[in-house]
Amino acid sequence: MEEALKVPGARVVLECLKREGVDIIFGLPGGAVLPIYDALYDFEGLRHVLVRQEAAAGHAAEGYARATGKVGVCLVTSGPACTNLVTALQDALMDSIPIVALTGQVPTHLIGNDAFQEADNVGITRSATKHNFLVKDGKDLGPIIREAFHIAVSGRPGPVHVDLPKDILVKETELIWPEKVTMRSYNPNYDGHPGQIKRAARAMVRARKPVLYVGGGVISADAHAELRELAELTRIPVTTTLMGLGAFPSEHPLSLEMLGMHGTYYANMAVHHSDVLVAVGARFDDRVTGRVDAFAPRAEIIHIDIDPSSISKNIKVDVPIVGDCRRVLRALIEAVKHEKEDAGGAEARKPWHDQIAEWRATQPLRYEWSDDVIKPQYVIQEISNLTRGEALIVTGVGQHQMWAAQYYKFTHPRAWFTSGGLGTMGYGLPTAMGVQAAHPGRPVINIDGDGSFQMNSQELATCFTEHLPVKTVIINNSGHGMVRQWQRIIYKERYCAIDLPGIPDWVKLAEAYGCVGLRVTRPSEVVPAIEKMLSTPGPVVLDVVVDKDECVFPMVPAGGANIDMILAPPSREARDKAERSQTGF
Amino acid sequence: MSANGSEPRKHTISVLVENKFGVLSRVAGLFSARGYNIESLSVGETLDPSVSRMTIVVTGDEFVIEQVMKQLHKLIDVIKVTDLTDDSHVERELVLIRINAEPQHRAEILRTADIFRAKVVDVTAVSFVLEATGDEGKLEALIELLRPMGIQEVVRTGKVAITRGPKTRVRRAPASKPRVSEDPRVVGFAD
Repeated sequence: MEEALKVPGARVVLECLKREGVDIIFGLPGGAVLPIYDALYDFEGLRHVLVRQEAAAGHAAEGYARATGKVGVCLVTSGPACTNLVTALQDALMDSIPIVALTGQVPTHLIGNDAFQEADNVGITRSATKHNFLVKDGKDLGPIIREAFHIAVSGRPGPVHVDLPKDILVKETELIWPEKVTMRSYNPNYDGHPGQIKRAARAMVRARKPVLYVGGGVISADAHAELRELAELTRIPVTTTLMGLGAFPSEHPLSLEMLGMHGTYYANMAVHHSDVLVAVGARFDDRVTGRVDAFAPRAEIIHIDIDPSSISKNIKVDVPIVGDCRRVLRALIEAVKHEKEDAGGAEARKPWHDQIAEWRATQPLRYEWSDDVIKPQYVIQEISNLTRGEALIVTGVGQHQMWAAQYYKFTHPRAWFTSGGLGTMGYGLPTAMGVQAAHPGRPVINIDGDGSFQMNSQELATCFTEHLPVKTVIINNSGHGMVRQWQRIIYKERYCAIDLPGIPDWVKLAEAYGCVGLRVTRPSEVVPAIEKMLSTPGPVVLDVVVDKDECVFPMVPAGGANIDMILAPPSREARDKAERSQTGF
Repeated sequence: MSANGSEPRKHTISVLVENKFGVLSRVAGLFSARGYNIESLSVGETLDPSVSRMTIVVTGDEFVIEQVMKQLHKLIDVIKVTDLTDDSHVERELVLIRINAEPQHRAEILRTADIFRAKVVDVTAVSFVLEATGDEGKLEALIELLRPMGIQEVVRTGKVAITRGPKTRVRRAPASKPRVSEDPRVVGFAD
């Protein structure tokens, strides 16, 4: 209670955001939050980015949070605005992204009366957030916003929603700002159990076929340096999940790249044959494990995670370590060094490294080249080459996302932004806006699909008006390619509801929004077009018309075992394999 | 999924929560969202009015119960989660039974009520309402004995439970299951 001065609740909200270190909010005004927009009119030090649809505000906040490690903030009004935002909240929940979402609400005396633009906001977002609050008294604004930021960014990060009734925003109140947040019911555990760390170190040193399996937790804990040190110290090969891309350099000699449904052959084979599997900040998602009982069947499993409920949820774990990835890896490095003196040494692992090298040589990621039609994988490779793996890559959801994950060579963490858990189509462009706002000077490339991009293409207007020079590359195969791929391989070519035949004209659409539009149809045009896109100052849409029959390989049919990968375009044998493994999702 | 081979059984889980708006909905939502079935749930204030206790009965194998405990603990408003099942504890439930009071059954009903230490809390010419407390087995037995005489309605509170002896931390890690969470912090306590 340091300020006796009373100001409107809306002003208190902005003051709290400023004290939390917020410099940008993504939002869209409306009736119930007008007091905040009124306070914003002459409030110094907060940039507001006006989006065109509320979900985009949420995704942009996600992009900002993932790029910076700070909490992303979005602000929308009541009712339909909040329901639009739900997708972004659930997306952030599944990918553990720290955002704080502020929504307006009808005045407290009207709550429950079916007022105009009323919805049970906190009821709706309860299961889509890490936590949520309805503010019922102006004096609670400070403490609640402080707790919201604390909860969002600590422990396993996630979205927190604060619902703000209009009368609370209007009424004058004093700012109460607790210096420290203490919650008796929420105290995440950061340090791993020393006994378990010792057990893990012993298992890792003893192992003959070890693999590190790394997820997004390493990125959110900023533990990439520790990971690399541990991998190099123990010479353990590293595979990453979709969310973990960038946690370990793709071209490092120990890198197996991505595992799982569309992972590399060598990553899936190595995990399957491993004797010790060290999971770090990953959660054994079904897209990673395939059939659970056939996943790493002979491995002793060590699992490091900040969230106790992730441990032994899908796969039973032998050595659970609950803690912050960075602190646990640091302790593990020391423990391994200590163990090393009485261990056998690296020679015993030579056969394992030889085996992996052989898998790598026989089944690299590959596609067939064509002189006539553009192969989508080639486009990603050239983007990777021309940016030297230094660009900030955002994607939508679908085939293009998997090709980007496979063929872009990542060098740094926090340079890859994709909807992993929820698989939200339309994620690309709005998220790219948040990334670009966080790093105005760096190249941000949204690799999108023609299906996915259409779900949020209205945000080109935001890119133009807010000076966010996002470059979008549309891998245009005139349809929902991933659905097409499943219908082709699993549903016996019974194609249904997948065609998006050539409309809209992406070049004209880009131009209509004030952006630059480019189109290429031949392989020889790809490199000059990407160069032109990168050297154009404002937002650009590059429409790349690609081979619509191309599929993402390797592919593990849903519910199949990871070693049952389909490696090439469907033969009869592959189709049988798919049919046998299909479990219906 | 009974991946660890243990049989599903009933567990009594005691949960201390912040006495705040929406907490019950968070707990109930967690069970429905993850497909766990609540057999009974009772809520009441504790000595500290800012804290409520929920007593939840849920059926599951060891694997499911471990997840239930962890997921409950993950809720921000949950202060402490304890599985009382294998600890020495007392369980009670209250039941109200409205029963036909035909002249030929009146004496039998009152005798049965007496044996079970049930009270008659309402009488009319044609019906009784009985009140009984006890553990689940006792109440089931009472209901079964009364059933032939024509029960009209049964209202049960759901179970409440308390540990025996002086107040201690009584969560034992079962020794015989080395693969599941030996880490004592897997299910942590916030306090």
